[in-house]
Amino acid sequence: MNRLIIAVTLSSALALGACKKEPPTVTPDAPQDTVRATPTPTPTPMATAPQPGSQSHFAGAMAGADTIYFDTDRYNIDSEDQTALRRQAQYLLQYTDARATVEGHADERGTRDYNLALGERRANASKNYLVSLGVPESRLRTVSYGEERPVAMASNEQAWARNRRAVTVMIER
Amino acid sequence: MKTASLFSAFVLLIAAPAAAQSDDLLPDLDPGAVGAQDVEQVAVEGDDDGPLRGTVTDDSAWQDLGIAIASFATNRDQTTPANAQGTAALGLELARVVYSDLRFNGLFRPVGPDALPRPSYPEITDPAWNTWRGRSAEMLVHGYVRANDDGRLTVGCYLYDVALQSELVREGWVVNPSEWRRAAHKCADLVYSRLSGEDPFFDSRIAYIAETGPKDNRIKRLAIMDSDGANHRFITNGQSTALTPRYSPDYSKIAYLSYVDGNPRIYVYDIGSGRQTLVTQSANPTFAPRWSPDGRYILYSMAVGGNTDIYRVSAAGGGTPQRLTSGPAIEVGGSYSPDGSQIVFESDQSGAQQCYIMNSDGSNQRRISFFGGRCASPEWSPRGDQIAFTHIVGDFHIAVMNPQGRNVRTLTNGWQDEGPTWAPNGRIIQFFRTERNSGDTSIWQVDLTGDNERRLRTPVGASDPAWGPVLP
Repeated sequence: MNRLIIAVTLSSALALGACKKEPPTVTPDAPQDTVRATPTPTPTPMATAPQPGSQSHFAGAMAGADTIYFDTDRYNIDSEDQTALRRQAQYLLQYTDARATVEGHADERGTRDYNLALGERRANASKNYLVSLGVPESRLRTVSYGEERPVAMASNEQAWARNRRAVTVMIER
Repeated sequence: MKTASLFSAFVLLIAAPAAAQSDDLLPDLDPGAVGAQDVEQVAVEGDDDGPLRGTVTDDSAWQDLGIAIASFATNRDQTTPANAQGTAALGLELARVVYSDLRFNGLFRPVGPDALPRPSYPEITDPAWNTWRGRSAEMLVHGYVRANDDGRLTVGCYLYDVALQSELVREGWVVNPSEWRRAAHKCADLVYSRLSGEDPFFDSRIAYIAETGPKDNRIKRLAIMDSDGANHRFITNGQSTALTPRYSPDYSKIAYLSYVDGNPRIYVYDIGSGRQTLVTQSANPTFAPRWSPDGRYILYSMAVGGNTDIYRVSAAGGGTPQRLTSGPAIEVGGSYSPDGSQIVFESDQSGAQQCYIMNSDGSNQRRISFFGGRCASPEWSPRGDQIAFTHIVGDFHIAVMNPQGRNVRTLTNGWQDEGPTWAPNGRIIQFFRTERNSGDTSIWQVDLTGDNERRLRTPVGASDPAWGPVLP
């Protein structure tokens, strides 16, 4: 939310990259394989192959492109977002039964009502771009969660950058 | 002398709690604690020559007055539903509530009943002056409680000037046993108003959001409580996120945001019936509900195609909502001036959140905040002379300005203090504070000097406070 703080933090830390709104390079999570390392046999994968149009199938196909990120208080779609949204649109145009919700989110550094409005803007900006690529509007809905559903829990610029986002989620039937 | 109440306890008792439409609403287990109920003002015992009009010697120093608040006496110790041990024990509890109200708000230098001798019933109207003069108390509060034949309680409250040996003011109320704390709050209000010259505020309620659970899975429930945190009650069970409640001015309803159908929508919850309705029939998301001071209108913000504007709709339901703002920027929130003629709201049309004022029909919109930083969540004081807001200057602080956007004064200094709400008399502001990283929230209050800041005691985390008016 706060441009002043961000400006200060970034200019001292990165000097020039101040307007880069990339999802920050996050230190990788602690190794996930502690459990997997145990010799328990994995179940045969064929039983769980995700169905096209399901959330797990979509998320797998997107490999991160299901989410686009925004600058503080902004909702414009930049070239990087366009790449991700084109990938989403291709999927939705390939699987014509698939319907999706675009969720708009804000970081915690904002007032509650404004963040709800900001989430609306972001979700709609993402949706409108998908529609411009030919995805029928009837297959897309939007919802704003404001600052209520963060994915990064820390209170710093990296976490806030990850939380300022629009996420496309399949509507399971 | 008698004040009729707007509400009847019977309405609440008859109302079927099972009628709640939503899975998210809790059944109303304790109707007595819900709505505003009868507090009948009555004449109390004492000389009817009229009180002497003693004057506090130095108005500027009223906050420093020493006040002795003695245990309330009873004519006959008898059982009452308000206190298992009887009316004598209840008298002590009444005085403790008066003491807590004054002490926790940084008003005066009160001494409570546990540190004082207990006056006898006849002494309530005829204080033992020699006892009190030696205790460096300039003021003395006496009171009594009587159980009436109909089961209700009569509570009398007296304020004396010890040096002048004279009565300053007295009042009495008849209350249902379940409402005994209201009589104590009214006594605290009487003392506070008489000595400070300010309007009362203790006899009021607060709606807020109770928060539990970790930051990535926070449960947010609608809850209500008295101004001192007593009579706490959850209204929703937490299955869906609830946000930003506002009491209607007559305390009969609460407008709030719920995700109960998966989308952010404002519902108007009727406290008497336990039913709730959508503020407007629309597929668009609605949020940031606000009542007009006369309770006839509800302001809400609605996003259409991603663009948020402020609308006004009749609180009675029906009628076409009137759109008050337009344009591609975010216009959100809104708070009426006390006379209902103007609305202060926030907009980012300048590129960042700033505060604007418009007439209540949407005309004559103009920006008022031109100081540094951003101006968010403005709330007009019930006195009309100040607007409280969230001042975003790096961190988030609670600040006040006049309605021209001048004389900005910062009152708090937390990492993230936001969402101001005014005490009914416009002298104290509540807000909520978020802790860095944990995201834990708590409700605080601060007076207009900024000197007296304290945290409210709530059962769990707390945000989005909304202070209602003095109870009817």
